[in-house]
Formats: sequence, structure tokens, C-alpha cells
Amino acid sequence: MAIGNGGRTTAGETRPVTPARIAGTAAVCAAASLGAAVFGMAVGSSGADLSGLWRSLAWHDAVDPTLQAIFWQLRWPRVLTAMETGAALGLSGLVFQAVLRNPLAEPYILGTSGGAAVGAVGGILLGLSYFPGVGTAAFVGSALSLAVVVLLSSGRAGLRRDALLLSGVMVNAFCGALILFFVSTTQDARLHTMLFWLMGDLSRADMPAGLRLGMVLAPGAAVLFVMARPMNLLLMGRDTAEALGVPVRWTRLFLLGVTTVMVSAAVSTAGLLGFVGLAVPHGLRLLFGPDHRLLVPACFFGGGAYLIACDALARWVPRHGEMPAGVITALIGAPLFIVLLRRSTR
Amino acid sequence: MTTMVCLDNVAYAYGAVTALAGVTVSVEEGEFFIVAGSNGSGKSTLLKLITGLDRPQSGRVFLLGRPAAAYRRRERSRILAYLPQTVPMDFPFTALEVVLMGRHPHVPLLHMEGPEDVDKALEAMTRTHVVHLKDRPVTALSGGERQRVFLAQALCQEPRLLVLDEPTAALDPAHQVRLMDLLEDLRRERGLTVVMVTHDINLAAMYGDRVLLLKNGRVVREGRPEDVFTFQTLEETYGCVVLVDRSPLGNYPRVTLVPGRYLSAQRSHGEDLGKTPQGTADERR
Repeated sequence: MAIGNGGRTTAGETRPVTPARIAGTAAVCAAASLGAAVFGMAVGSSGADLSGLWRSLAWHDAVDPTLQAIFWQLRWPRVLTAMETGAALGLSGLVFQAVLRNPLAEPYILGTSGGAAVGAVGGILLGLSYFPGVGTAAFVGSALSLAVVVLLSSGRAGLRRDALLLSGVMVNAFCGALILFFVSTTQDARLHTMLFWLMGDLSRADMPAGLRLGMVLAPGAAVLFVMARPMNLLLMGRDTAEALGVPVRWTRLFLLGVTTVMVSAAVSTAGLLGFVGLAVPHGLRLLFGPDHRLLVPACFFGGGAYLIACDALARWVPRHGEMPAGVITALIGAPLFIVLLRRSTR
Repeated sequence: MTTMVCLDNVAYAYGAVTALAGVTVSVEEGEFFIVAGSNGSGKSTLLKLITGLDRPQSGRVFLLGRPAAAYRRRERSRILAYLPQTVPMDFPFTALEVVLMGRHPHVPLLHMEGPEDVDKALEAMTRTHVVHLKDRPVTALSGGERQRVFLAQALCQEPRLLVLDEPTAALDPAHQVRLMDLLEDLRRERGLTVVMVTHDINLAAMYGDRVLLLKNGRVVREGRPEDVFTFQTLEETYGCVVLVDRSPLGNYPRVTLVPGRYLSAQRSHGEDLGKTPQGTADERR
């Protein structure tokens, strides 16, 4: 199951990874996410546009307070949350692909996001506080579903790759049914709409949720960056990685644990956004190659840029009203999955 | 002379299937040690115990006189490098990037590989004849080329003990000889200890200082190739008919496999033509 040559068909000079190269990669992706953020701030149903944003940023006295409120109380939390959710999901996909050595692994496809959603819905119905109650419930749900998928697909020779995807899809379907069951049997006003849990939606993002997610994301991303080189070695399988000094079992558990925390935080904030963890790492691998020391910062900023853009498109494309961002991510992600599947089983 | 590795009465089973049943063996520093034996005889398991990838269920393993379990992984990875039969790598790292990963044990976690590491990687790649492939993604290389790239990675690790699992299986004859010559040279230059599993008895006879023959998890025979590779021992180990004579190159045993048709031709002078070659071989015994 090869993932292709990742933009490396032309034989360029191999350049070793240096701090400067990491900084450059991060800067390019940060610039992209800044651009996406400006786009995201300027797009919406009301008339607040780019020039309004500029006047608001420049702090002109003449700015309409309504406009200020639209920018900084409605759109900014939404853009921030999109950025964080995209970063969390993009990084999770990257880690899943490395740890499970499966280019198609991704928290949504493997049912990890679904498990987090079931946990979050359950936590809300039990009347738990958002933190730590619902967050913990979401984490337990996602960790459980990931454990089930991994156990179901591991044979004596390690993970069977098709079994991994199939059991993931089934766990995902089961979680979807559980969510629908819970949401439709209750009138609980604290629960979001059904659409939120099935398609992912950023329209209800607020500042406290954005800050909570940020507190989980920042240390998680830092830890992943430190672990980037061992992640490279994990791609060569258990034996080679162990022989090179990586404690494989511990490293895998630790990485999956960190990403499961990030996934559950992202899902409880933004619902089930599919395929972000597939599109972001694969797109960035084409640009920057497969080294995780470059890909961790790239997925952090690039994932943010990607989801901000998807959410902005979801607001911009429909003539009336808007659609959930998950529609856009699935419209891009599902065909991409098929392309990657075709390529990897060829 | 120091003892590199010592296995003391080790046993290992996968569930109910015994892979090794009480094997004792030691390898001296600078030795070229070859492990051979039939399929499923426990060769690869033996290598995994030597490398510390698995722990024996009974018995003890010593690396440089210290219990292998007492080593930290990173410490061990500066002493010992391991090249499995195939290394799964589906991500398009270039060959040079893959070889540089061999520097992992020597580069602190938050540091990057420096120019001296790149030099070492390129030197290792020169020795395994893959330097011209350095900018190609490993996913685009042939099996033999990949094998040599991962060998370069193991050399780049600068081990004192190199453990290889059937390294010549994917190589053409020219590269087989080059690889074996390279291992011999490294042994001479750096005192590298080599432990290698192979099915190629003739290569084993010409390069090995000492050979271990395994069958069903037990030692059949251990010693110098000329003592171990007799037709009786080989037939006992592999359960097939072989001819053993002297290599024209010197005092090495040369092993010739005997095709079944020669055995049945012998039989056809007799009465029963319907018998299988297997039956014939058994009868000859």
C-alpha cells in the first residue's frame, strides 16, 4: 500500500531537515491560514466585507458598532474555532497515518470522531459540565471506539489494513446510529441539532469554546512536534523502529492518546467534520514531502487554513442562508479517499 | 576476545507453537556468524532474541556480558543494528532521508542531523552502491535497491554488531557477493560482528567463521562450515538429498542440490514408476 511519490517524481536534491526549513514551512502555512482567516472574516450573509474588516482593524472611530459586533463577536470566534478544529483534525490524521501505517487512516473514517460524539452527547444528556465532564466523556467514547477498531483488525502479523478501514466504517455507522437515537429520543435543549452531530457545524462557535479547544490543542501540538522524528521511524515498522531505539509500544499508545484527546475536544466543539485528517496531511505531503518534522507544523497551520476556508465556502456558496462546513469537507474528502484507495491498492 | 552475544538455554513459543527449545550459543566480537536451518526452525526468532526485540520465555540473553534486558533501547541501538527481511515503507522518503534515519540513536531528540551525519549517510550509501539513488523516493526503488538502502541505514547507525535476516534473498548474484564482501571488509576494518540468517549454504560456507544449523527450534550442529556442512547434517536439517564436495576456490564445502528427477531416474530402473520423488528419497535412506 504505497501512497505514491508525493510530488517527488522529479529527482530534486535531497535537503536535510534544518530548523530554517521547519521555520520556512511553518511560515508558509501560517501565511496561508492568515489569508484564510481574512477571507473567513470577510465572508458572510450580512454586508460586512473586506473594507469593513479593514476599517474595523484600523480602529476607525466611524465604524458602525453593529459591524464591530459582526466581526468580533460572531465571525472571529467562528474563524478561531475553525482554525483550531482544522489543526486538531489535520494533526490527528497525520498521526493516525503514521502510527497505524495506513495512508487512509483518519479519525472520522476510523470511527474515533464518532465515538467522541457519542461520548459528548451522552455527557450532555447526563447533565455534566462542559469541562471536565463532557470533555472526559467524549475522550472515553473516542478512546473506546479506537480501541475496538484496533483490536478488531489486529492479527498476529500486526494490523490488517483493510480490516482496519472496514471495522472503522462499521464503528462509525454504529456511533452515527447511537447519536441519532439519543438526539431523537430527547427534547434536551442543551443538545445541538442533529445536523451538528452528523455533519459538523461551526455556526455556534463562541469564544469560551474556542479558548477551551486552544488549551487542549496547543500542548498537544507541541508534544507531537517533539515526537516528530520517532514518528518518521514508526513508518518502518516495529522491528526497525525498535532497533533504532524507539520504544514502539509506548510511543504508539502515547501518540494515539494525545490525538484522541485532541479529536474529542474538536468533536465536542464542532461536531463530526469528516475527512479533514485525510485531505490536510495528504495535500501537505505533496508540497513538503513525508518528513513529520515539517508536517507537524504544516498540518497545524495548514489544517487551520483548510477548515477556515471550508467553513467560509459553506457560508459563501449558498444563495440563502448557509450550510454546515462538514458538507464541504465531505464533498472534497470522500472523492479524495477513493482516489487514494485506488492508488494504494493498485 | 570479548563475547558479543551469548544466549543461555533460551526458549520461545508463539502460543502453543514452540519456536526455540533450549538453545545455547555465543558469538565472539569480530566474528562472522551464520544461522541456517529449515523454514520454521526458529532462525528469525533467534535473531529477535539477539536483537532484544523479543525476550526469551526462559533462559537468558547477554549483550557484551550484560543482561540484554538491562540495556536502555537507545543505548542498545548504538551497539546493535538489525536489518529485517523486508522493511515496510510506503511513504515517499528519499533514499538519503531513509539512510539518515539510521543516525537517530546518535542525534539528540530535538536536534537535526548535521553535515557530518549527511557525510556518514553518503559514505554508507557509497559502500552499498546506492549513492546514485539518493534523491529517489524509496517507494520507487526495486526490492534489491531498497534492501541496499536499508543496509546503508543500518551501517550509518555505526553498530558493533550487525544482525541481518536473509539479506541476500532479494539480490542478484553480483549484489549478493558484493554484500557479503562488504560485510567481510567491515569486519576487518572496524571489527564489526556479523550475525546473519541465510538459506544460501554456499555463501554461508565461503564467508562464515562459524555456522549454526537449526531444526524445529533445536541446534542440529554448530561449528566451522567445513565441519557442519556435511551431507549427513544437511540432509538431517533440511530433509532433502544434497551432494557435498570441495569448492574449486579452496577448502570450502560446496553444496549441490539434487533435483527430484535424478532421484526418480534412479528409481525407474526398479519396478514402481508411480512413486513420488519424496517417497524415493525416503527409501534411499
